[in-house]
Amino acid sequence: MADDKKPAGRKPTLPPGMKKPAGPAVAGSKLPPGSKRSPGSKLPPGKRPPGAKRPPGAPAGPGGDGATALTRADFSTDQDVRWCPGCGDYAILATVQRLMPEIDTPKENVVFISGIGCSSRFPYYMKTYGMHSIHGRAPTIATGLKASRPELDVWIVTGDGDGLSIGGNHLIHLMRRNVNVQLLLFNNQIYGLTKGQYSPTSETGKVTKSTPFGSIDHPFNPSALVLGADATFVGRTMDRDPKHMKIMLRAAHDHRGTGFLEIYQNCNIFNDGAFFEYTEKATKADRSVFVEHGKPLVFAGGSKGIRVNGFKLEEIDLEGGKWSADDCLIHDESSVELAGLIGRMFRSDSLPQPFGVFYRVSRPTYEDQLHAQIKDVVDRRGKGKLEELLNMGDTWEVSG
Amino acid sequence: MAPKTVESIAEATILFAGDSGDGMQLTGSQFTLATAYAMNDLATLPDFPAEIRAPAGTTYGVSGFQLHFGSVNIQTPGDEVDLLVAMNPAALKVNLERVRKGGSVLVNTSAFEKRSLDLAGYEEDPLENDSLDGYQVIRVELTKLTREALKDSPLNQKEIDRSKNMFALGLALWLYSRPVDPAQRWISQKFAKKPAIMEANLHLLKKGYHYGETTEQFVSRFEVDPASLEPGRYRAIQGVHALALGLLAASVESGLPLFYGSYPITPASDLLHTLSRYKHFGVMTFQAEDEIAAVGSAIGAAFGGSLAVTGTSGPGVALKAEAIGLAHIMELPMVIVNMQRGGPSTGLPTKTEQSDLLQAMFGRNGDSSIPIVAPSTPGDCFEAAYEAARIAVTYMTPVILLSDGYLANGSAPWLIPDVSKLPPFPVQFAKESLSDEEFRPYVRNKETLARPWAKPGTKGLEHRIGGLEKQDGTGNVSYDAGNHETMTRLREEKTDRVARDLPPLEVYGKTEGDVLIIGWGSTRGSIEAATDRLLAAGRSVGAVHLRHVNPLPLDLKSICDRFTHLVVPELNNGQMVRILRDRFLLPFQSLTKIQGRPFPAGEIVSFVESMIDGHTDNG
Ligand code: SF4
Repeated sequence: MADDKKPAGRKPTLPPGMKKPAGPAVAGSKLPPGSKRSPGSKLPPGKRPPGAKRPPGAPAGPGGDGATALTRADFSTDQDVRWCPGCGDYAILATVQRLMPEIDTPKENVVFISGIGCSSRFPYYMKTYGMHSIHGRAPTIATGLKASRPELDVWIVTGDGDGLSIGGNHLIHLMRRNVNVQLLLFNNQIYGLTKGQYSPTSETGKVTKSTPFGSIDHPFNPSALVLGADATFVGRTMDRDPKHMKIMLRAAHDHRGTGFLEIYQNCNIFNDGAFFEYTEKATKADRSVFVEHGKPLVFAGGSKGIRVNGFKLEEIDLEGGKWSADDCLIHDESSVELAGLIGRMFRSDSLPQPFGVFYRVSRPTYEDQLHAQIKDVVDRRGKGKLEELLNMGDTWEVSG
Repeated sequence: MAPKTVESIAEATILFAGDSGDGMQLTGSQFTLATAYAMNDLATLPDFPAEIRAPAGTTYGVSGFQLHFGSVNIQTPGDEVDLLVAMNPAALKVNLERVRKGGSVLVNTSAFEKRSLDLAGYEEDPLENDSLDGYQVIRVELTKLTREALKDSPLNQKEIDRSKNMFALGLALWLYSRPVDPAQRWISQKFAKKPAIMEANLHLLKKGYHYGETTEQFVSRFEVDPASLEPGRYRAIQGVHALALGLLAASVESGLPLFYGSYPITPASDLLHTLSRYKHFGVMTFQAEDEIAAVGSAIGAAFGGSLAVTGTSGPGVALKAEAIGLAHIMELPMVIVNMQRGGPSTGLPTKTEQSDLLQAMFGRNGDSSIPIVAPSTPGDCFEAAYEAARIAVTYMTPVILLSDGYLANGSAPWLIPDVSKLPPFPVQFAKESLSDEEFRPYVRNKETLARPWAKPGTKGLEHRIGGLEKQDGTGNVSYDAGNHETMTRLREEKTDRVARDLPPLEVYGKTEGDVLIIGWGSTRGSIEAATDRLLAAGRSVGAVHLRHVNPLPLDLKSICDRFTHLVVPELNNGQMVRILRDRFLLPFQSLTKIQGRPFPAGEIVSFVESMIDGHTDNG
């Protein structure tokens, strides 16, 4: 289905007809581990040599103190980035690294935790604390870390296989607990690292290595899933729009509670163009709508809008004279009903795909409640004394 | 009424058995409390069905509580029962075989009617035929007496009938000359807000006690002198509580906050319940969505610098295996508590077994030897937990604490430890660094081979760890063939070095001779009781007990060399014996028991005797 709709003007990274590499760079890499590329060798996109000047466009750090302000380079490790050339992950890495100097968390308090998959290599490239854990379990580790160290700024990096398949249970429980972390779900609708099997977000009918006759699995809609788990922040962005992505990352970060951000990420090796309909110039305006709190849902350069008709959403033409922007649905991030409607605008032929913050409400975080409860008990009972506890209950003395 | 004579005995084993709804666990624990007050040594064996409310009257719904107590050294909950209190026919049917020949059986005759007999599978009433010949049968119309005693109570019939265990408790307390006031205090506190129930229970307790005085069925009652325990302050403690206190003590002494991530599972849930009440010590407990999330949360907490613990039973350890491997390769300290139960699969959830030893040793992908510590008595759970935490932090490694259902639920008198005498528990975190040099998270301590514990939030130590193989020193990802071998060996060597710190093994009984009994974990009581009997019979026998299962103590081999025969009793199908044979290439013989119950000391005695007398093949 996605293939049919691929706009003519899309920009595939590889020329049509060219044979794709056998697999992700990690498996196929010919560089011995730890070896440095020779100076002057072409760095992969998004990678800068250590100590490079602040990339153009990257703002100074907070406070305007040039001497201590951190730059993107301060967040780049010396590890070779091993994603396939052209992978959407590069743009996400670059944007996150650019955002880092702008957030006011001390660098040493930032932790990236991932599971397994292409996206989960992310922590190795961030010069912060990080953990590349096991498949699907990053939310559990992040929960233990954040619960025990609430002052840390914890980011989870996961993918559609890692987060929604093997780790699906943890993902929903993270949402309901509202642990104050960010979860970046790199959705490429495919298993990349294992070389191209359909994932829980792959569309029905998809032909992959494991579904030669087409997938019969119904895909998850990640936004609807986490809304069902009572997430307090639900957003979506795309690898091809770094500006929007940065705003969304910042918003997810600043949200007190679990910031769920789905990022459409192109896997140019195994699922090239899965989102081009929404992300590429030729079709983006018509097929995507960027929602903003308090603003009407308009798209296609203001020529189209979305209105509510009964319990349904419908696309309206704002230029035919019948409808105006006043008829459009006004986005309200705090409405769970509206979030449900927008979250369910999903791969629809008659409606554009939404991007932006769908839902944002405040609810006490898990770690705040945990520590408030501890404090409350200490206040009421006094700090526990081990000696006393050991001697509690019915004791008796045996004399010598 | 004729005054009763008092007969002094050294020890006794009593078993309360009835329906799950009959309150047998409560009766047993109150009898235990009174026994602690009487200053006897004791060991308990609660034994309950896996079903919460199995159909009333059935054999599989029978719940029991066995207690062995005495003025002498009590090491086991008793091989044979002296007095069985059977609340219904099913309880009699299930437990009669455990009563010694000539022992007593107190039956609630009111429950021996057609329907209950049918449910228990009795074709005829055992009270009417000769099936109880050879036992002293004490017939008490418990239900009827209870109803009479409470005829003026506002409680309804069901509530009244449910209280009959208090009558039985009162009677048993009288029979063994136990104090009644601990139970009275407990009832008064427990039902402070339900005065009708409180009064009914107190009344029945007293009625039961007086019934002993008045009934013609007893000509005498028993008296058990205080045991000669080591001087000090004691309390009766259940293993699971001692284990929780041991973890807490480790947290207090190390200054590390305690984080416990767990998912409910029998018989480990009580650890979660207990630790969740220690909030005033700053203890963080997290009830996870599943076993994997529980261990994952502990890994996260360990990364953050907490004393991280996860607890479960065998099925849960199976689910946690991959994450334990992660903690192993990341070299983060944590304790994994396994309260073993009968397996495989769901197995026997409420019964004890030692069958997860090989799982603890080898149950992960890749070469991943991690330290294993096994407590041996309910009280020892305290020390073993403290020790496991100390090894974890000192060596930067996950440690498995291999307890079991018997230790978790069983109680024994516990010499309350002196906090000031606990082994020191120093912790060193990597210090902040202002240099430009990359922090090297895998540079090791020369003695322990531990890598530094660098917690997030420390300036200049930003680093990445993960499940991919690490480059020695830098900790960077490395697929280098030689490095993988080096790292695998280093990780194993680090575990092996734990053995350097272990105190010398103590040999119980003879230090050389015919037979050495080698045990580990909860079989200690049975093994030492057997050793005592064998020594008394003039046999040349010693016993050595392994708290450290991995690595094995360095002096074990030299002890084995001083004996002609070596035997390894275990509550499994022969697991430790394989490890020992593999390690020392000596002819260890296996003695196994796989019935979900502690080892009867008598079986060890006869096995060892036949070894000496030459009747045993090389099992
Ligand atoms: S997601 Fe696709 S393109 Fe990116 S690294 Fe993985 S296989 Fe390569």
